[in-house]
Parts: sequence; structure tokens; C-alpha cells
Amino acid sequence: MDSLNLLWGGLEAAVTPENLLWAALGVLLGTFVGVLPGIGPAMAVALLLPVTYGLDATQAFIMFAGIYYGGMYGGSTTSILLNTPGESSSVMTAIEGNKMAKAGRAAQALATAAIGSFIAGTIGTMGVVFFAPALADIAVEIGAPSYLAITVMALVLVTAVLGSSKLRGFIALFIGLTIGLVGLDLNTGQPRLSFGTTQLADRLDIVVVAVGIFALGEALWVAAHLRRTPLQITPVGQPFMGKEDWRRSWKPWLRGTALGFPFGAIPAGGAETPTFLSYLAEKKLTKHPEEFGKGAIEGVAGPEAANNASAAGTFVPLLAMGLPVTATATIMLAALQSYGIQPGPQLMTEQPDLVWTLLASLLIGNTMLLVLNLPLAPLWAKLLRVPRPYLYAGILFFASLGAYTVNLDSFDLFLLLVFGLLGLAMRRFGLPVLPLILGVILGPIMESKLREALALSGGDSSGLVNEPLAVIVYVLTALFLVVPIAVRYLLPSRFDRSDDAADDPSDERELVDR
Amino acid sequence: MTETSHETPAPTTAPTTTPAIDRGQLGLAGFLALLGGYTVYDATTLDVGFADPVGPRVFPYVIGAVLLLLAVLLVVATLRGSRPEADDGEDIDLDTPADWLTVAKLVGVLVFTIATVGVLGWAISGALLFAGAAWALGSTTLVRDVLVGTVMSVGSWYGFYVGLGIPLSPGLLDGIL
Repeated sequence: MDSLNLLWGGLEAAVTPENLLWAALGVLLGTFVGVLPGIGPAMAVALLLPVTYGLDATQAFIMFAGIYYGGMYGGSTTSILLNTPGESSSVMTAIEGNKMAKAGRAAQALATAAIGSFIAGTIGTMGVVFFAPALADIAVEIGAPSYLAITVMALVLVTAVLGSSKLRGFIALFIGLTIGLVGLDLNTGQPRLSFGTTQLADRLDIVVVAVGIFALGEALWVAAHLRRTPLQITPVGQPFMGKEDWRRSWKPWLRGTALGFPFGAIPAGGAETPTFLSYLAEKKLTKHPEEFGKGAIEGVAGPEAANNASAAGTFVPLLAMGLPVTATATIMLAALQSYGIQPGPQLMTEQPDLVWTLLASLLIGNTMLLVLNLPLAPLWAKLLRVPRPYLYAGILFFASLGAYTVNLDSFDLFLLLVFGLLGLAMRRFGLPVLPLILGVILGPIMESKLREALALSGGDSSGLVNEPLAVIVYVLTALFLVVPIAVRYLLPSRFDRSDDAADDPSDERELVDR
Repeated sequence: MTETSHETPAPTTAPTTTPAIDRGQLGLAGFLALLGGYTVYDATTLDVGFADPVGPRVFPYVIGAVLLLLAVLLVVATLRGSRPEADDGEDIDLDTPADWLTVAKLVGVLVFTIATVGVLGWAISGALLFAGAAWALGSTTLVRDVLVGTVMSVGSWYGFYVGLGIPLSPGLLDGIL
């Protein structure tokens, strides 16, 4: 119960009228940006990061937590009302959610998404409260070889298992690793890939890279393919749920939470898998199978809860090991680092106040989301009608503002443009974004762990596998790679059938979190 | 979402029975080869440190070499007819050919911003950025666009200066803002 006491302390520190105001502002801004078409939570967080620059750490966390949850809920709203999910984790929500909206039940779909997100987010955050310290205790013992192995596993899983094209996944990953090389080599102090410039020797700011690839890349890609006929937007009233809706929603919420949290907590790349599994589970367990495909509330409640629980789960490896496994977590890591906080096993013991404040902030942000967004849903729906030239000009404006405020140097705007063009090319060539952004941030970590491990063993390559955990992780990674291929060869007939059913979602996995 | 909507908008939008080679992908392969080659070359210019069995060169060597390999694999895959699934989204219509002119206009607007933000300051450059981007995307209400852009850029200048204590470049308007 020690964790609960510490969390209570964090809550006491965080709940002041002023902080609640920052939380509310964060939720409003996050939802505002998240609702805008084409913007997922990762992009919302990256775009809004500069807003928190002038605040002290506690206030920034609280506002940040609001932005995070707001951005996610905004994405769900878009996918329910437009049937075109902004990010891959909302794909499942869109299937039944949009059918509900078309059948005049948009209010119920939005309500079950909001309440389910709240419940899953709260349970998930409590899960972090209990698991992160435990994992940190173990992680302190993890040596450089095992850490390297875990990083490799995270990259391989995200790159090879999630995407639909392994070749394109690895291309994205290695472009990301190359970007991660730019800057001073930490051991010898020599600039790499810096073209003789001092700005590049100083390592690239992840905010500039992320905003360029997510926001500017998306805006340019949309500009190339702007839909000239407006989309059908379902009008929406005040979200509410009847007795029957509650009765049918609560079990999917809990099941979704149970599926989502573990997938977020292990380095297996985000919410796509658990939302998909949750959808399948609800389809199987429902008492109203005839409604699936026509707007079954279970099909919204389950995946939406799984999505939020998995988002909370990603905080376990992020806080305990400094290991981000989703695009959004990558930006969060950058944000934490900008406050001089280096997530990892030592963080829990060295700066416990900050950790517990952050976790308390997540609970506050989550609650604020429920309080604000149920009444405001009709307003958010109106945002979908913003004229497209203004919407994307606005994204360009705020992306430039965000990049410019990092160093107040127009060179960062130039970098933003370069990464924006890279983001455009990635969308054109079907390269997934997540492996790239993870490569940028995990590449330097991998290199330092590799050099640490080999320095300890005096250059002997056995230094990479002299810990049992490292060996286990490499074996697991190999299994993850080999088993799907083996299954495909050994059970061709069965695979074909399940492939049919899974066709749509596996397609969508290419659209990793933007 | 149907299969056809995933197809890359090739210059010929007709549903082709024989998948044509995506020439653009060969360009991407060329870019990867260039990137990998330069990464390896750049690594050769580094001094190897002392007491560090790995040194600063190994990682770039591996990454550069894999990039070269991936470039070759991509050429092979492209020649065998592999096509990318272009990214879809709310406002994206993949059935029409790509409108690169709009993209070029937007890039032009951004280049203008990069060149002028130091001299003109954020308040003016930001407003022009917004109005220029709206124009490039097909907005026809120029006066209103400039007004909206000005409100946003001046507002964000004061927001950052007063609210967060970050002075964005004032440029020409130094002393006025």
C-alpha cells in the first residue's frame, strides 16, 4: 500500500485550483487539436509541447496529461463521426462507432467512448502505480547487455510484426536510426553526419523531427490529395446513455482494459493489437450478434477502453526503463527530458515526487476529460466543419511556431521543412512512421548500451549475451519473427480463413500512430 | 475501405491488370543508397577513440551498410511489382492524381518564412505564412486570410511573451509590439 500513499501525496501536491485550471486548459487544447481531422494523439502532443515550455514541472505535467488524454479522445470523436480514424488505434472504434452515429446513436457512441476511456484510463493508471515501481526495482538490476536486447526486441516487434510490409518497416527504421546518429558522438565528442554545421552537431531536437514528420508531412500529403467533396458529418447532441447502454457497456469496458493494459506495458508497439482483440472478443461474447456491423455499442466500448488502457500501460516501460514503445510515448519521453528528467530505473528512487505527481496528473487529466468533454461534444463536432484551407494552413502555422520556439533559430524551420518533406515521402511510399520515430530516439540508447556492454567485456562479443535475461529476450525476439512465418507455411488452409476475417484491420496497421 | 483506395495514385488511374512498376520507388531506393553511402563515408572520417572497443564508427557502418542493402532489396521488390500502400485519411482522396503544384506552393511559402522570420519577425512572417498557406490550399478570401493570420501570429507572439516569457523574434516591429 506504499504506492497508494505516495500517489495520495502526489495528488495532494497536484490538486490546487491553479493546477486544475492547467489540467482543464490541457484537456481543451488536446481535444481541440485531436478532433481536427488527420491529427492523432502523437501529433497533438508534439504540436502542443511548446505551450508547456514556460511552466514549472508540476504544472507542465498536469497540462501535458490533459493534452494526452484530450488528444486521444479527440481522435475517437473524429473516427465515430467521420468513419475515418486519425490513427490506427481508433480503427476498431470507427467500425461500430460510425454505424451507431449513422443510426442516430452518435450521442451514445461518444458517451460510451468517453466513460470507457475514463474507466480504462483510471484503472490503467492505477496499474502503472503498482507495476512501474516493481518493474523499476527489477530494471535497476538489468545490465547493459539485457537493456540492449530489450531495445532490439522493441524495434523488431514494432518494425516486423506490426506493419504489413517488413521491407518498408525496416527502411523506415533505418532512416530513423540514421537521423539518430546526427550530432556529437557521446564517447569521443566528434560530430557525426553534421555537414560541418554547429546546429547539427548539437543533436536534433526530437520535437522538430516529430512535428516535421507527423504534422508538416501530413499537411503536405493532404495538400497533394485534398478531398474536394466534403465528408458526411453526423450531427450530434448531448452524449448520454440509457440503462440498456450501461448494462451492455460495463463488461466490454473492463475486458478492454484487461486486454489493453498488458499490451501497452510490454514493448509490443501500441494499441492496434489490443483494440483488434477486444473487438473480436466483444463480437464473440455479445448477446446481440445481429447488431455487429450495424452499430453495436459493445464494439465501441471495448476497443475504446483497450485503447486508453494500453496508452496508460505504455507508462510502465517509459517510467521504469526509459523505453518508449509508441509514437506518443516517444514525444512524452522528449517532453520529460526537456524538464531534466531522465526516465529509467533510477527515476523512481531519485525523483519520486516528480513521478508521483506525474501519475496523479494522469488521473486528474483523465477525470477532467470526462467532466469537460461530455458536455462539449456537440462543440467539438462543429470543429470538423472548419474549412480545409484554414485547417491545414493552421497546422502549418502551429508546426512552424512549435519548431521555431525550440531555439528561436530559423535553422529549425529549415529542419522542419526537411523532415516535413521526408514525412510526405513516407506517406507516398507507404513507409510506417512509428519505426522511424522509435529509431530516432532508441538508436542512440542502443549505441550507448552496446558500447557499455562491450567496454565491460573488453571488446569480447560474448559481453552481449553474458546475462540470462539478454539471451531470453533474443530468443523471444527470434520466436516473434519466426513463428508467424512458420504458421503461415504449416497451416496454409487455416491461415487463409482467419486472414479473411482479419483483412481490414491488418491493412490498417500500416497507418501507425501519426 | 476497399483495396482500390489503397493503390498509389499512379499517373494512370485506370484499374490496371498488369501492375506497372512504381518508378518513384526506384528514386527512393536511390535516396537510401545515397544516405547509406554517405553515412559510411562520414564514419570513415571519425577518429577512433581510446579504451573504447566499439568506437564511434561501428554503428554508422552497420546502419549505412543495412541502408545500402535495403536499397537493393527495394529495387528488387519494385521490379517484381511491389507497390506501396499510400497513406489514407479523413481529408485524403487517393482516387485523384497527386496535386504536386499545391505542395510546391506550400514549400515555397515555408521557404519564404524561413528566409524572412529573422528580419520581419514572427508577427509578420507568421501572418504571411498562414495567409500564404491558405492561398496555396485554395482559399480565395485573401483579405480575411491575412486578418486571421495576423490575429494568430500577433496573438501567439503575445501569448508566448506574456504567458510563457519567451520572446519570439520581433523583427521589424521591435519596439511596437
